[in-house]
Amino acid sequence: MTAPGFSPTGIRFENIEKRYGGLAALRRIRFEITPGECVALAGRNGSGKTTLLRIAAGLVRPSSGDLTFPLAAGAPAGAPLPALNTEAVRANASAGFVAHATMVYDELTAEENLLLFARLQQTPNAAERVEKLLHEVGLFDRRDSLVRTFSRGMRQRVAIARALLHKPSILLLDEPSTGLDPQGVAWLAATLRQLRDTGRTILMSLHGESEISMLATRAIRLDAGLIVADTRTGAEVRSILTFADA
Amino acid sequence: MKKQLLAAAIVFLLVGAAAYGAFFVAPTERTMGPIQRIFYLHVSSAWTGLCAFFICFVANILYVFRRQPQWDWLSISAAEVGLVFTTVVLVSGPIWAHPVWGIWWTWDARLTSTFILWLLYACFLLLRTLVEEPDRRALFSALFGIFAFLDVPLVFGSIRWWRTQHPQPVVMGGSGSGLDPTMWKVLFFSWFAMLALMALLMRARYVMEAARGELEMVRHEAEAV
Amino acid sequence: MSLLSSTTALLGKELRTEFRSRELLTTTVVFILMVIVLFSFTFDPTYNESRRFGPGLLWLAFLFAASLMLQPCFLREQNNDTLSALRLSVSDPFAIFLAKLVANTLFLLFTEVLMLPVFAVLYNVPVLRVLGQLLLVFFLGSLGVSIAGTALSAISAQARMRELLLPLLLLPLLTPVLVASTQVTVGLLDATPFLEWKGVGFLLVFDVIFLTALWLFGEYLLEE
Repeated sequence: MTAPGFSPTGIRFENIEKRYGGLAALRRIRFEITPGECVALAGRNGSGKTTLLRIAAGLVRPSSGDLTFPLAAGAPAGAPLPALNTEAVRANASAGFVAHATMVYDELTAEENLLLFARLQQTPNAAERVEKLLHEVGLFDRRDSLVRTFSRGMRQRVAIARALLHKPSILLLDEPSTGLDPQGVAWLAATLRQLRDTGRTILMSLHGESEISMLATRAIRLDAGLIVADTRTGAEVRSILTFADA
Repeated sequence: MKKQLLAAAIVFLLVGAAAYGAFFVAPTERTMGPIQRIFYLHVSSAWTGLCAFFICFVANILYVFRRQPQWDWLSISAAEVGLVFTTVVLVSGPIWAHPVWGIWWTWDARLTSTFILWLLYACFLLLRTLVEEPDRRALFSALFGIFAFLDVPLVFGSIRWWRTQHPQPVVMGGSGSGLDPTMWKVLFFSWFAMLALMALLMRARYVMEAARGELEMVRHEAEAV
Repeated sequence: MSLLSSTTALLGKELRTEFRSRELLTTTVVFILMVIVLFSFTFDPTYNESRRFGPGLLWLAFLFAASLMLQPCFLREQNNDTLSALRLSVSDPFAIFLAKLVANTLFLLFTEVLMLPVFAVLYNVPVLRVLGQLLLVFFLGSLGVSIAGTALSAISAQARMRELLLPLLLLPLLTPVLVASTQVTVGLLDATPFLEWKGVGFLLVFDVIFLTALWLFGEYLLEE
């Protein structure tokens, strides 16, 4: 996963608002993640974390505001987000997204899943890339088993492998440790640490403190769709994250 | 408020004048007799209903591209008013047909197509009740509305070509062949009156829907606080 | 080019998942079989009667079966939020629809071809001499059903009462397909069979209009 071939990219939220009917899911979201940062989102259920991540992924269209992806080197070259996720967004942002659901097919094997998405993303040398990823997430021996037969932890591994297929420069993770056993969490923390240390930008929502929250270099707390805290100071990051479920 | 009353009064007068025209100005049709006078209500309602559905279609397209709730409000107003006029067509048709042909319903091309049209837009309104989230409801019903309206010429075409086994109705055989000039004038005047009525109803419905939309928004905001 | 490669990759997935479980195909075949048998009780299926009522009953059975078969089309993608994964991965969302509607056309055509001999035997109608033309009508009709059905199943998957909603939205929309394909089939099963080109052309026009509409508006159907 350390192979270069991606350009460090940040994310800039400019006055993002999202309303569902009259209900404001996100209000006046304005912050910038610099390339290589690892940001943890905290907040109660329904505070807007998932919506924020899905907007960043290009899955949800914001009601107003702009989302751009500035590149690390010098001038901001980010283009504004088009209506839906298109080639332009992927080229600029190439975010890998791990959602709450696994986003893979239960009726296909692990390998078939990854090959399908690799083909859709037009990954060069798809078969090779998939084999390498299967080794990395520790599922190579089970590659021919249907995902349906997997435990929650193994499914999460497939989900993460899917998100990493195109060597994204940005990772968006929605409560990535859900359903993982302690070993799984440790594995995920190690994987994310490696990704962070190779310059990937990470934005993830978390519930409570864990080995994964230790990776965060910055914490943002949402409440009712508003940013109520944002800090890069180590101690404050911890306190925001431990406070998350209060 | 005063303006609305005035508009309503004008529409009322227009519709009254159209009824007067249908009963006293238009000549009595030779073979069918006085019952044929329902034709002015029947046909003008059919045309007006189609106009309303066309307005709905335009509002649907504008909603998909602009995403302003106003277009959604207009589309539901137009669909409901259009449905009312199509219902008038479907009811007045049998009333006219029974004394003339001795049966309540003939599977005549126009009447059948109108029935399918009525079903399509009834489903349009039904769909709206089954999607909770307002933006999604607006988008999905707009998309279905577009598909439904694209279907209209196909429905008319297919039924006209293949399903008309009965003799063509006397008055509307071909494209209104053999219609007395006075009859034409009364028909067009009735149509004009119906269009005015449509505009009046649609406006009232729109105002109501806009109020409902705003109320929904305020209520959500109150809940969020 | 990317549209073509995405579509074939997705089509492969659709076919593979279906042939692994075969749930759609088996239930649809049994459903059509049941309708064909039950329908025979509503009239006396002699040679003459069958040729008058047979085509209509056949197409009604296909239409109802399709409105049930198309149900899981997008519902399946919701289980694990795989629809989002597809939206993130394909460069043209039309590929998602194209793959699904081709798969659905193939499934429908498969069940129809399977049911044809059963229909021919039970209703005593000779079909062999017009087999080619019949397949043409089956193809064009099923394509129209699949185009409209795939689009609407994306809508119904996100609504309440979705099991009832899809047939309600789909069947009135498919009236022209029902009328035209029944008419052409009536001609083909006639004592002196003939192919009504007007009907074939009409089905083609329906398919083209709705395929274009889906191409123009499909991406909005996938929004969340």
